[in-house]
Amino acid sequence: MRTPAGGRIDRSVTLRFTFDGREYTGHPGDTLASALLANGVHRIGTSVNLGRPRGIVGAWSDDPAGLVQVEEPFPEPMLLATTVELTDGLVARGLPGRGRLADVPDTARYDRRHAHCDVLVIGAGPAGLDAALDAARRGGRVVLVDDRPEAGGSRPTGEEAGILAALPEVLHLQRTTAFGLYDDGFVLALERRTDHLGADAPRNRSRQRVHRIRAKHVVVATGAHERPIVFEDNDRPGIMLAGAAREFLHRYGVLAGQRIVVFTSDDAAHGAAADLAAAGASVTLLDARPAAPAIPGVEVRPGVLVTGTEGDDHVTHAVLADGERLPCDLLLVSGGWNPTAHLFSHARGALRYDAALGAFVPGGELDGLTVVGAAAGPPVPNRLVLWRTPGDPGKQFVDIARDATVADIARSVGAGMRSVEHIKRYTTIGTAHDQGKSSGVVASGIAAELLGVPVGSLGTTTFRPPYTPVAFAALAGRDRGRLFDPERTTALHPWHVEAGAVFEDVGQWKRPRYYPRPGESMDAAVLRECAAVRTGVGILDGCTLGKIDVQGPDAGVLLDRIYTNVMSSLAVGRVRYGVMCGVDGMVIDDGTVLRLAEDRFMVVTTTGGAAKVLDWMEEWLQTEWPGLRVHLASVTEQWAVFPVVGPRSRDVVAAVLPDLDVSAAAFPFMAWRDTTVDGVPVRVARISFSGELAFEVNVSSWYADGLWRRLLAAGKPCGITPYGTETMHVLRAEKGYPIIGQDTDGTVTPHDLGLAWAVSKKKVDFLGKRSFARPSNLDPLRKQLVGLLPVDARTRLPEGSQIIEAGDVRDGVLPAPPVPMLGHVTSSYHSVELGRPFALALMKAGRARIGDVVHVPVDGTLVPVEVAGSVLVDPEGTRRDG
Amino acid sequence: MQLIECPWCGPREEVEFHYGGQAGVAYPDEPAALTDEDWARYVFFRANPKGSFHERWSHSAGCRRWFTAVRDTATYRFARSADVLPPAAATT
Repeated sequence: MRTPAGGRIDRSVTLRFTFDGREYTGHPGDTLASALLANGVHRIGTSVNLGRPRGIVGAWSDDPAGLVQVEEPFPEPMLLATTVELTDGLVARGLPGRGRLADVPDTARYDRRHAHCDVLVIGAGPAGLDAALDAARRGGRVVLVDDRPEAGGSRPTGEEAGILAALPEVLHLQRTTAFGLYDDGFVLALERRTDHLGADAPRNRSRQRVHRIRAKHVVVATGAHERPIVFEDNDRPGIMLAGAAREFLHRYGVLAGQRIVVFTSDDAAHGAAADLAAAGASVTLLDARPAAPAIPGVEVRPGVLVTGTEGDDHVTHAVLADGERLPCDLLLVSGGWNPTAHLFSHARGALRYDAALGAFVPGGELDGLTVVGAAAGPPVPNRLVLWRTPGDPGKQFVDIARDATVADIARSVGAGMRSVEHIKRYTTIGTAHDQGKSSGVVASGIAAELLGVPVGSLGTTTFRPPYTPVAFAALAGRDRGRLFDPERTTALHPWHVEAGAVFEDVGQWKRPRYYPRPGESMDAAVLRECAAVRTGVGILDGCTLGKIDVQGPDAGVLLDRIYTNVMSSLAVGRVRYGVMCGVDGMVIDDGTVLRLAEDRFMVVTTTGGAAKVLDWMEEWLQTEWPGLRVHLASVTEQWAVFPVVGPRSRDVVAAVLPDLDVSAAAFPFMAWRDTTVDGVPVRVARISFSGELAFEVNVSSWYADGLWRRLLAAGKPCGITPYGTETMHVLRAEKGYPIIGQDTDGTVTPHDLGLAWAVSKKKVDFLGKRSFARPSNLDPLRKQLVGLLPVDARTRLPEGSQIIEAGDVRDGVLPAPPVPMLGHVTSSYHSVELGRPFALALMKAGRARIGDVVHVPVDGTLVPVEVAGSVLVDPEGTRRDG
Repeated sequence: MQLIECPWCGPREEVEFHYGGQAGVAYPDEPAALTDEDWARYVFFRANPKGSFHERWSHSAGCRRWFTAVRDTATYRFARSADVLPPAAATT
């Protein structure tokens, strides 16, 4: 029932809303819960396991029961009626303990903001306001956050915001819940920015915002939560915490009942009883203590216990210990107040039981954190601590959000549990949306009684973030969809898009995988691209290759230590392939090195290894070899690279770069030359990742698109074919060139890959060298890179397939596990050149077994495969000069 | 999220840093002269104390400099950060 006056609502405006299909009205300033109570609606939903009716127990985020699903304006499950601010047109319904996710996309925006301050005050009740004012007057930068719509704590007057507005150094955020306190004064707070505005919400405003606040000092002024006393059938609608009823009266002008019974064990609920009586309700206060002070207008009955209730969808009677049935339409309970010490607990603060206060309070000091007001200790002590009254433990609800009872606690204790953390997990008490704000300490108290130990020695469970539920959308903020991860595109990206390329993600890069013609499948496109490169000419976007400019007098020394082979002997103008290993001797990257000058090299890494290799070289330079005079800079973005590949590539490059002598005599394999075209410097390197004659054209990214188009135009008569990463992979696999990270996995040495020729025997030391002599590296059964040819010449082996010994197979059936594994397939493709599928694999003693037939299980069938060398196309290397 | 004191940039959030493990593990002067066991000890073995620990950190998303910091592995508290120490000077 709405009182004739009072409350922080705007009675001049009427809002219409729908709950469970029925229309009601309320006012701005109402929550869904207060508007329902004003309309006499107590029953909100049903409980999650038992299906018992559930009503409103608390007045804010501590409510364990009043769960609703909002349908309009946007579907959202598992909200508390007590925290949903009423807006015109709101449509909601009660939940049976579980909600349903929206099946339409959320078009709202969510974002985040950083704040740095001297003092962060959490909670704008009287204690928090005092702290914020004090800090602001000292001249500090202050952030004040409070989860309610307005400042003032449980009894706002409306004047609080004005005081703060006069202080410009204060960032004051209402509707903002500090939900987690982390290391070094880092606090996450969720601000709700639009829901309360309903249809008036500006379209460009984010719905919710996560504030990432870094504070030198945090003041926790989060108040206290009232706790109930547990009795039989204490879960019916109409049974509420005493302070909640008082809050509904003062904040919303709602009298939640006319005939009120208050059950308490101390003075804490006496104020609520007096206020409700003054508002016109008939109030009977039952005090568990043998004597209790009188309250004007209230019938006080000391020495009385509530042991049960009656009523179906709403409480009708409180049943007393002597069997008396006391009629009521609202049964209020107060077992005292628990400091809201959650954030103190997040910061690893331990709670201590204060017997004089009858409550767990923050114990000890934490650096950079102060707890003030009721969060430090309840203002009214609970001298008689009463956790429950006598009755059937199976009907005494401890956590009504989980339908968990005293009997559940007894069962967990009977099963041998002695820790509240175990009891919590066994009974699920405190694991619902409210995280046990009203039930947690009561559960500890009852468990302590059952165990026969003091509650102080049993303790409470640890509070962890988040303090209240936070939507994933808010945590994700704007990091979703295309903004989830940065996208890197090459200078040629628009051309690829126009050409209809299918892209693949390579790290953060978008690389063309293949360029299908209309209606062409990936397999067909890749075969066509492969054929073009092997018989004519193709062009690839290789801009993503990592490029590191290595400069300084000791550049050669550094590279000699990093690479397994000698780089310092490389002549200016020449290129060398190199492998680098970790100190454990395992391959971490490979690539080519161009010597640009006596004191300057360009290191080319794999696309995926670019950042890792720069890190690796910087680490050694800074930590072990600070004396080396070398500077490193990434030039990956600065240099665009596109290999022009195939027997006709020489004609194409010659046509576009007329000043360059492309003859094999003047421009040998593994050399680079500088030239210009229309004044633009171009560097060309004869490097091949396919075995074919190839020219890698390097140019500043600014000119990449123009030069690419010229090469395509010049190559048109020879049918120049742009090809993607898939074709590149097939071509290199046909030549047995490994891809580090695909054909290797961190347990593979250069020798395993057949790259012993790239490992210097002359150098005294380089990273990884000593490990090559370890016994396990000399094991003849090490896995080695080999080729695999399915005997049927038809089956394409799935990458990752295991290889097993043919002799282990009887009658085409796999033996019982464990089946000894010889290795696995690392790369597998169809080769247009070979006219058959082939694979690369890491296989035990693979090179010694060339010619053997082994088996690969594929989808339950055993496929016989012949072991081959890893170089399947042009093993003599006759094609590289065209 | 913790703050880590970079000796060059000041306190920055931990996501800007890269962890480099135990500090003061010097690359051996003559790896070839080491026994397999001693080499394996250098490659694979690191201390893992509870309490104060000298560690290498790199301010990888900032100035990209490596430095040595002393951290309590039980509380995560950093005692101090220093410029990169000569390997022999850093104690563990």
